[in-house]
Amino acid sequence: MSFTALSPAKLLLHRRRKVVNSIALTLSLGAMSFGLFWLAWILFETFRLGLGGMALAVFTEMTPPPQAESGGLANAIFGSALMVSLATALGTPIGIMAGIYLAEYGQRTWLGRITQFISDILLSAPSIVIGLFIYSVVVAQLRSFSAMAGILALALIVIPVVIRTTENMLTLIPNSLREAAYALGTPKWKVIYSVTLKAARAGVTTGVLLALARIAGETAPLLFTALSNQFWSSNLGEPMASLPVTIFKFAMSPYENWRDLAWAGVLIITLGVLALNILARVLFRNKN
Amino acid sequence: MISTTSGGSPAPRKRRLPWADAAFSFAAHAAALITLSLLAAIIASLVVGAWPAIREYGLSFLWRSEWDPVEDKYGGLVMIYGTLATSFIALLIAVPVSFGIALFLTELSPAWLRRPLGVAIELLAAVPSIVYGMWGLLVFGPILATYVQQPLQSTFGDVPVIGALVAGPPVGIGILSAGIILAIMVIPFIAAVIRDVFETTPALLKESAYGLGSTTWEVVWKVVLPYTKSGVIGAIMLGLGRALGETMAVTFVIGNFNQLDSLSLFQAANSITSALANEFAEAAPGLHQASLIYLGLVLFFITFVVLALSKLLLSRLKRNEGSRT
Repeated sequence: MSFTALSPAKLLLHRRRKVVNSIALTLSLGAMSFGLFWLAWILFETFRLGLGGMALAVFTEMTPPPQAESGGLANAIFGSALMVSLATALGTPIGIMAGIYLAEYGQRTWLGRITQFISDILLSAPSIVIGLFIYSVVVAQLRSFSAMAGILALALIVIPVVIRTTENMLTLIPNSLREAAYALGTPKWKVIYSVTLKAARAGVTTGVLLALARIAGETAPLLFTALSNQFWSSNLGEPMASLPVTIFKFAMSPYENWRDLAWAGVLIITLGVLALNILARVLFRNKN
Repeated sequence: MISTTSGGSPAPRKRRLPWADAAFSFAAHAAALITLSLLAAIIASLVVGAWPAIREYGLSFLWRSEWDPVEDKYGGLVMIYGTLATSFIALLIAVPVSFGIALFLTELSPAWLRRPLGVAIELLAAVPSIVYGMWGLLVFGPILATYVQQPLQSTFGDVPVIGALVAGPPVGIGILSAGIILAIMVIPFIAAVIRDVFETTPALLKESAYGLGSTTWEVVWKVVLPYTKSGVIGAIMLGLGRALGETMAVTFVIGNFNQLDSLSLFQAANSITSALANEFAEAAPGLHQASLIYLGLVLFFITFVVLALSKLLLSRLKRNEGSRT
């Protein structure tokens, strides 16, 4: 007579729990499809409209005036590539050294804790505020917009990204490795440089690639630092065109040729950023 | 365990490069100090830049709604409202969806699908915001106007409260579209962090609950979620921080309209970030520029508080994890 335990009320409860469960799981499946739906839609439209605007001229000709017959994004692509690579070159060493400090020197000190906290805040701080900061300390002082100011603004965004990954990767290195090196009489800098940093190389490189991907698409910090330029320029003291700012200007305009170029630019940026992200992942996975 | 950070290094007598250790340590400390002083420098430069506006308006800047470069009178209410309203809409959509995605990735998905799906969500987070913005303005906005805003308006237009919310031109530009685009942008951030946080739940706890006959939903709702509560809130705050500070995705679709004359969600409006993006490069030095920097300072303050809270909540989870397992 053990079936007495399963009174109608309990059966009902059982059924209700199962129904609630399946509703919740269906909704969860729905949420997943919802998320992927946007990714698919955005990528699809970017490809469709971007390929429509793509032509060889995009890479060889300068940004055109409105309603011109032809024109490209060559100066903007060059400007972006120059500023992004210089900013990475400037921000990476500071980021790596600060990451080394956090993982190897300051782990249990108050300075270490505060630096980690601040770096995490800077990691998600609004990038337009970084632009404002560089505007007031560089552009307003020199009284001119310049590529140098844009590079500085982007470098400030690189630093916290590199710090985060460097620190994470270094703390993953087992202590026995360090102890073995110390036991051989190796000085601390050499232990860090040739043992721990070397062991964490793949992870640190991943961080640099992710930082590169992050700033390649940044628009806000460039709006009032590097500004934009209609012409080819490699002078760091002058305003310089960049792909994101050019896209912003062109996409908001009513001119057909500008919008087509903006879509081509968006496709280039999206492909570049996704490629960097995938490269970073592949690199990291192969090493781990 | 020997700590490698505090005096783990024996000091050998003979070094080939006696200064190298000191130099390396100095460089590491200097890099950390540069990062530290960055925050102070940012705050200081914003306060200095905003000073003329702070002196002129004080805190009343926060609730003055007029923004008139011609008369040289400024107040931040419209932009602050725009920033908060769009972020609120974004969270309203993004939180349940991200929770569902995290649940799917941790409990439902077959193991072979978990990784590719997780990567896809993370790639969605890597897409630059200007792509979202342009897509929102030229692709999503018109569709929203035709298939959502116009039907809503014709259905609810005469209902007292809802009618006011859907008034205004249904052109696919305004607070609602900005909120939706922001939601799409922050979903991957929140979902990825919630997934990581869910994964810190000890398998033992979950297995015990399953062993007692719990359904998957009951395990997530009554075991995983209470265990990871602070981390989940931290993840939401992180998403909120992103949404508040997002510039390009909002600037494209919010309409950049500096007046607040209705509560309608379809009304073009302005946010702090889009006001900065549109006006700052052309603003004349003086009160106009100072007022814009004041807006930037307000934004930085709000996001700082939100992000600091998020960080505290997430680190609390990390500590608990250590003590309980």
